[in-house]
Amino acid sequence: MRKNSLWLPLAGFLVYVFLYAPLLIVVAFSFNDSRLNSQWVGFTLEWYRVLLHHEAMLQAAGNSLLIALVASAVSTVLGTMAGFAMYRFRLRVLPLLVLAPIAIPEILTGVSLLLFFVLLGMTLGMVSIILSHIAFCLGFVAIVVRSRLAGMDESLTEAARDLGATPWCAFRRVTLPLIMPGVVAGALMAFTLSIDDFVITFFTAGVGASTLPLQIYTMVKTSVTPEVNAISSLLMLLTLVLILVASKLSPSALRSGA
Amino acid sequence: MALLEIRGVSRRFGDFLAVDDVSLSIEAGEFFCLLGPSGCGKTTLLRMVAGFDAPDGGAILLDGRDVAGIPPEKRDVHTVFQSYALFPHMTVAQNIAFPLTMAGVGAEASRRRVEEALDGVSLGGMSGRYPSELSGGQRQRVAVARALVDRPKLLLLDEPLAALDAKLKERMQLELITLQKEVGITFVYVTHDQQEALALSHRIAVMNRGRVEQMDEPSRLYGSPRNRFVADFIGTCNLLEGEVAAHSRDALELRLDGIGTVRSSPVEGQVERLVPGVRGVLALRPEKVAISREAPLPGHNRTTGKVFDFLYLGDVTIYVVELDSGVRVEAMLPNSAPGRAKFFEAGDSVHVGWLPEAGVFLTD
Amino acid sequence: MSAAWRASLQRFLITGPPLVYLLLFFGIPTLIMVLASLRLPGEFGGLAPLWETGPSGTELNLSLESYGRFFSDSLYAWLFFKSFLYALVTAVACLLLAYPLALLIARSPGKRRDLLVLLVILPFWSNFLIRVYAWMIILGPESVLTRTLNALLAGLGIAPVELLFTPFAVLVGLVYVHLPFMVLPLFANLEKHDPALLDAAQDLGAGAWSRFWRVTFPLSLPGVYAGTALVFIPAFGIFAIPDLLGGTQGIMIGNVIKQQFLDTRDWPFGSVLSMVLTVGALALAGLAALFGRRTRV
Repeated sequence: MRKNSLWLPLAGFLVYVFLYAPLLIVVAFSFNDSRLNSQWVGFTLEWYRVLLHHEAMLQAAGNSLLIALVASAVSTVLGTMAGFAMYRFRLRVLPLLVLAPIAIPEILTGVSLLLFFVLLGMTLGMVSIILSHIAFCLGFVAIVVRSRLAGMDESLTEAARDLGATPWCAFRRVTLPLIMPGVVAGALMAFTLSIDDFVITFFTAGVGASTLPLQIYTMVKTSVTPEVNAISSLLMLLTLVLILVASKLSPSALRSGA
Repeated sequence: MALLEIRGVSRRFGDFLAVDDVSLSIEAGEFFCLLGPSGCGKTTLLRMVAGFDAPDGGAILLDGRDVAGIPPEKRDVHTVFQSYALFPHMTVAQNIAFPLTMAGVGAEASRRRVEEALDGVSLGGMSGRYPSELSGGQRQRVAVARALVDRPKLLLLDEPLAALDAKLKERMQLELITLQKEVGITFVYVTHDQQEALALSHRIAVMNRGRVEQMDEPSRLYGSPRNRFVADFIGTCNLLEGEVAAHSRDALELRLDGIGTVRSSPVEGQVERLVPGVRGVLALRPEKVAISREAPLPGHNRTTGKVFDFLYLGDVTIYVVELDSGVRVEAMLPNSAPGRAKFFEAGDSVHVGWLPEAGVFLTD
Repeated sequence: MSAAWRASLQRFLITGPPLVYLLLFFGIPTLIMVLASLRLPGEFGGLAPLWETGPSGTELNLSLESYGRFFSDSLYAWLFFKSFLYALVTAVACLLLAYPLALLIARSPGKRRDLLVLLVILPFWSNFLIRVYAWMIILGPESVLTRTLNALLAGLGIAPVELLFTPFAVLVGLVYVHLPFMVLPLFANLEKHDPALLDAAQDLGAGAWSRFWRVTFPLSLPGVYAGTALVFIPAFGIFAIPDLLGGTQGIMIGNVIKQQFLDTRDWPFGSVLSMVLTVGALALAGLAALFGRRTRV
């Protein structure tokens, strides 16, 4: 019988502290009655109130939401198709195109899309952001869907065909319901990735449109103000809700995607 | 006309010839077994009949009609999968109703037939359960009920009992036999378990390396294996190396290595081929070998040796006898005599004997 | 309609749309970048025309000039090397922090294990900039950490130090942001280890130390390689972290790429730097895959 040594839980606990302390500090300072992020002065909701009247921030939040909704919807459809195709057929090009944007540093996708849109003569803005977000979210959805399919008993689809279902019917009645948790988890993941994306948006946004991360970047870069703490805390709350929904649906899909 | 006819079917995966020019014909109402070790091509053959795979050569005829190009859903054939492939998101009733729904059977009629099917496999009252809430045996029954509910012409079963424990397996075998008699549907059953094949089927095709080695009734397959592979694969068999000493229409004399000259049954129609000097093996079932302290009755082939080891199996005991030449022979003796659980000890000197008609001489 | 024809139609309909989308919005942009790296910068930034009509007729305006510039100026090689070092230190630090955590999670009972994994993923899903921003607060000149540290240093007679806008801050940010990428593959590997192996090792006389170094660690190497690749590659090309935490000393190659595209507007040279980064990243990914394959158990 091995003794459970204490150092492993201790080391693990310290790493969790390292992971969470910074985020908790941001949340704490969002309620701090001081313009400086250095010392606890007193409780206030002032920064959340300021946020409600911050026109540029609200505009950016609206943009982010719209972009994330459209990008996650389209990338879920295309990503599910790609995941299914990669699982079912022996393909060479598609898996490469699906995995490459995930594998290489984001900045490369960002600058190449910038070149592409400018050379096409497109005005950078909402449309270019959405098109770019779809391109990188698609792969994540595809991976989640494919891993869900790979975990499925292949003979289920065959059984459906064997019992009289056409290929389409077998997909709709058997395959799709079974991979649905994966599809939904993929959609939530795409939504979160899109609403959080900074690097690719940074290059494809131009001056036409701003998103929440871009807005936060500008604020952080110029002068740190407590409104950033407030919007950060709200965003964390939003992702927390999304992640909990997703983990209820498909814990394994989340794990494979991250 | 045969219900299912397989004519010279081959299937190749890259360099690997999974099914090699197989021809079979299966009659309506038959319980037919495809038996062979894993990788022998039996499952590939089954999948081609179901329509999940297409032959590279040859033809598959169902009811006299070539089924090439007909997708699985259009074939009047259903499969019971090894994993059962019960849809996990549907209840037992929804699973069984699936083929009826696909065929456009109305809700009321469908409900009635599902109930009948459930009663038929004694699962009445389970209709609302999900597959994950069933035991292994129950899942197996649902899979069979689902595949039989719309009365296909042919039912394919791919090792359906492989996942069950020994006791349950035996009970399900009896159930399958009864069920097949009741519904009268042709069963094609794939298994690697020779006992299961012998117990279940009317006829068995023994496959090896993509080819059919022998196709026969269970008793003939066991009693007169056509070659070394079949003799060895079905049951246990002593394979005694040797050569033909003399061969005529009435008698075959063999010279076995380490044993000497013995008499055997002549091989019908092979007198010209099995001339003196041709080598082969004498296949001799352990239960046909007698061992005794006294010399065996006249008419037996005889030799002597020492008991090397024995395996006590309850109903029978298997003795391994080492002959004076070092060749080992297995003999199986029933323990039916009261109080006589064991006849011999290791090291005992014994006489070994068998009747000339007990063995078969095989050259392949 | 034959079955084969129907099957290929089906395949085309499923594979086609995502394939076309990715070709259009990933494949072609990448090719454009390859091409752009061979072109000349335009007079007012961007790219010079691809075709130029001169006295000798129309000619294709391609050159290796930007590559020449890259290889002749050691500043850029140095930047790549520096980025490489940052990424390497990040990967090693992540490994040291992640291993005990992954081991702890892998050896926890089922329900708690799922919770612990979720706790690793959660911060990863909060906005990237927020996670970097949090360190701007913690390492800021007026923060509790900086003041405490400087008070301690003063006690030892050492001059006060800055934490923010230093290479140290960049490394802390890199480690913080990439840590989950190391924990998850390590955990996925360690989780699969058969506990009986450790019992067997102990039974055969191995102490805790040898059990770890002779059984657990060698078996976890595929996870180590996967995690290292997952941390190293994105860390190599990152630009937001040095941009926010690094100040002028903490610049990495990503910052220069951004600068070439958005500020200097020398697109060909920016493309050259991107190409070198791409090749580097792919080579490392390939290397990781190779190692991972060789040690597969």
